[in-house]
Amino acid sequence: MNKTMMRVVGVILVIATFLLISECAKKDKPILGSSDAASAVYVAPGDYDEFYSFMSGGFSGQVSVYGLPSGRLFKQIPVFSVFPENGYGFTEETKSMLQTTFGQIPWDDAHHPELSQTDGVPDGRWLFINANNTPRVARIDLKTFETAEIIEIPNSGGNHGSPFITQNTEYVVASTRFSVPIPQRDVSIDTYKENFNGTLTFIKVNPDDGAMNIKFQILVPGYDYDLAHAGKGPSHGWAFFTCYNTEQANTLLEVNASKNDKDFIAAVNWKLAEKYLAEGKGKTSPGEHYNNRMDHSTHSSVSKLTKTVLVLDPADCPGLIYYMPTPKSPHGVDIDPSGEYIVGGGKLAAVVSVHSFSKMLKAIEEKKFIGDAGGIPVLDYDATIAGEVTNVGLGPLHTEFDGNGYAYTSAFITSEVVKWKLGTWEIVDRIPSYYSIGHLMIPGGDSRKPWGKYLVALNKMTKDRYLSTGPELAHAAQLIDISGEKMKLLLDFPTIGEPHYAQGIPADLIHPNTTKIYELEHNMHPYRTLSEKEARVERKGNEVHVYMTTIRTHFKPDNIEGVQVGDVVYFHVTNLEQDWDIPHGFAMQGAINSELLVMPGATNTLRWEPQRVGVFPFYCTDFCSALHQEMQGYVRVSPKGSKVPISF
Amino acid sequence: MNKNSRWILAAGALLLVGTFLFPLWSITVEAPQYPEGLGIYIHINTVDGHAKNDLKNLNIVNHYIGMQEIVPESIPELKYMPPIVVFLIVSGLLVAWKGGKKTLYAWLAFFSLVAVIGLIDFYLWNYDFGHNLDTEHAAIQIEGMTYQPPLFGTKTMLNFVTTSLPALGGIFAFLSIFMGFLSAFLSWRGKQPV
Repeated sequence: MNKTMMRVVGVILVIATFLLISECAKKDKPILGSSDAASAVYVAPGDYDEFYSFMSGGFSGQVSVYGLPSGRLFKQIPVFSVFPENGYGFTEETKSMLQTTFGQIPWDDAHHPELSQTDGVPDGRWLFINANNTPRVARIDLKTFETAEIIEIPNSGGNHGSPFITQNTEYVVASTRFSVPIPQRDVSIDTYKENFNGTLTFIKVNPDDGAMNIKFQILVPGYDYDLAHAGKGPSHGWAFFTCYNTEQANTLLEVNASKNDKDFIAAVNWKLAEKYLAEGKGKTSPGEHYNNRMDHSTHSSVSKLTKTVLVLDPADCPGLIYYMPTPKSPHGVDIDPSGEYIVGGGKLAAVVSVHSFSKMLKAIEEKKFIGDAGGIPVLDYDATIAGEVTNVGLGPLHTEFDGNGYAYTSAFITSEVVKWKLGTWEIVDRIPSYYSIGHLMIPGGDSRKPWGKYLVALNKMTKDRYLSTGPELAHAAQLIDISGEKMKLLLDFPTIGEPHYAQGIPADLIHPNTTKIYELEHNMHPYRTLSEKEARVERKGNEVHVYMTTIRTHFKPDNIEGVQVGDVVYFHVTNLEQDWDIPHGFAMQGAINSELLVMPGATNTLRWEPQRVGVFPFYCTDFCSALHQEMQGYVRVSPKGSKVPISF
Repeated sequence: MNKNSRWILAAGALLLVGTFLFPLWSITVEAPQYPEGLGIYIHINTVDGHAKNDLKNLNIVNHYIGMQEIVPESIPELKYMPPIVVFLIVSGLLVAWKGGKKTLYAWLAFFSLVAVIGLIDFYLWNYDFGHNLDTEHAAIQIEGMTYQPPLFGTKTMLNFVTTSLPALGGIFAFLSIFMGFLSAFLSWRGKQPV
């Protein structure tokens, strides 16, 4: 072998060695990385997660509760959709929670959970969430993790920009994604520009019990109002709403609403709105809506219909609202922890525009307007802008903050999270998401004091991330460590429905305050049965009321006779247990609604219309004790007009 | 009785007031299903739970093995005990005031009798609860198994670990009787040639 040959062989060997090493490194890297990540998300058996995370269910209509960093699912809270698993929406007590002016609706599309705040910091009292399809806002009590109230939003279509809250939970806002004729009337869709409007609704929250009431609505030009956030700190008293379709297109919006170079962020001075209301500027207008509230003591929902709302017209209220031009159909509008920066994610742009609140006030004072839109002053872009984050990835949607001077923006089209510095607007890190991230969430990340340790990416596409489940896949969430300089992917976990937004909060702000049982002595349900001695069956015409109790491990009464075909039987089941985690179930053969899952100390009612003659069993569905399988009874159903007396 | 023994007796008698303020005895059970534990306190005049619903829940759990329900109102001793202890306090203070040695010994003898009878009675109640099982209705019956809680200490029965210990009021009672004996000892030594 001559020297040249030796050199060639040598080079080949070097290349081969390099390839071999790089191949091995490829295989080793994820293993090393993942063992690191595994310890970061490992919560030992019996230990608790550091954070609660509340994720919207999207088209499931519910809220699901996860622990972070483990990604473990704890509970699904039924909100806008019926839940036969525990009877929500089926029992006599909860049916009317889903009452609307359209009737009882068994489903909705829930997008944005929002925790109540005190001084701009999540306080763990309530969680609010919007229903997009039939506009509503719900309030969940975080002592019981149950839906406590649902209020309907009139004069609205597509309640998307909702339910963002002000810094002391003074208001929950709701804005119309679809502008509609207000009041509703029969007009040609082509007359969109003349006849369609949007509304921005401000729901007042009672600071003591959380009860919601619509305080006022602002009538705004017929654009698509998309998302919102309230100001905080210096910008407390203002609320910001993005809008797109300032073209006011009414067909093929994909193209026709994407023409303008800039759409708007609406800045609303709600403190001034209160002043105008006090001056009597609010016009009492048609606005039928239901308010369904759970009564604590009766465990029953009470529905109230209100016919009107107070509407403020910006034309009568100078200074109430301004538009800030923002590039390309902005989606999210997010306020940094200091309350100074208003971040707009232009979903068709490649930049994030950051407005300055103080510059906005100055521009208003100096009247730097470039004109008006539907009578609302439009501010000069250059007068309000603080900076632009360029190269932020395509399709920036939402931004959250870590409280250490950094912002994190989700970019849908380029499928990544981009970390950038407030003030210098420079990008410092980016990490891919799997795939096509929508919202992102840092616990407290939209508040004045973020707990900037973890970030959850809520992705819209899943593809190959998990074992396949056919055409329909679980939406994927990803946990990212943001405690260091570089973001680090820790965990993938599947979710329920399609979580849009989520909220996170340290566990110790909620966990110690949770309810374990309902006190039997406080049960004021009209059909309660507080002891086995009072258990009975009563006939009232063709109605049969069964006053039933459950305790380990029997029903009282367990055998019921004298029921007839054509009767309406109400099983009022009171769970006499006063012990944590001892619910009893009640399932009746042939009941066309659901089962009952009765919590200790509560009374729930199942309506049953026996269809056939015979003897039909009922039983407990929640494995309650060693004798659970013995917890059963029978109902004898006799023909209509039978002489068999009621007995039990 | 010398001055010291009189003061000690008075303090001992007053310590018995603690039996009205705090429970005498505590019985705690732990099980896989009750990691947080269930417990009852035996007071001078009643029985109640460590937490609000513990007695109710203990009765529910006990019914599976046929144990009788614990109903404080049906235990007569809980009615006799308060006047007896009040008598002990008042008479103890009187003895300390008057300073009679014979009355001191009589008081101590009576107190000791009450204490011994009380403990025996408590044991008998425990025995009855543990042995007198309703075999007609008990869902879980295990050959040869009884469920008598220990008077003092820890015992495992099926899935339950039961611990029985004096509570603060009981400890006060023990201290009280100890001070009674101390007083008697001091007054007895007082008459010995030094």
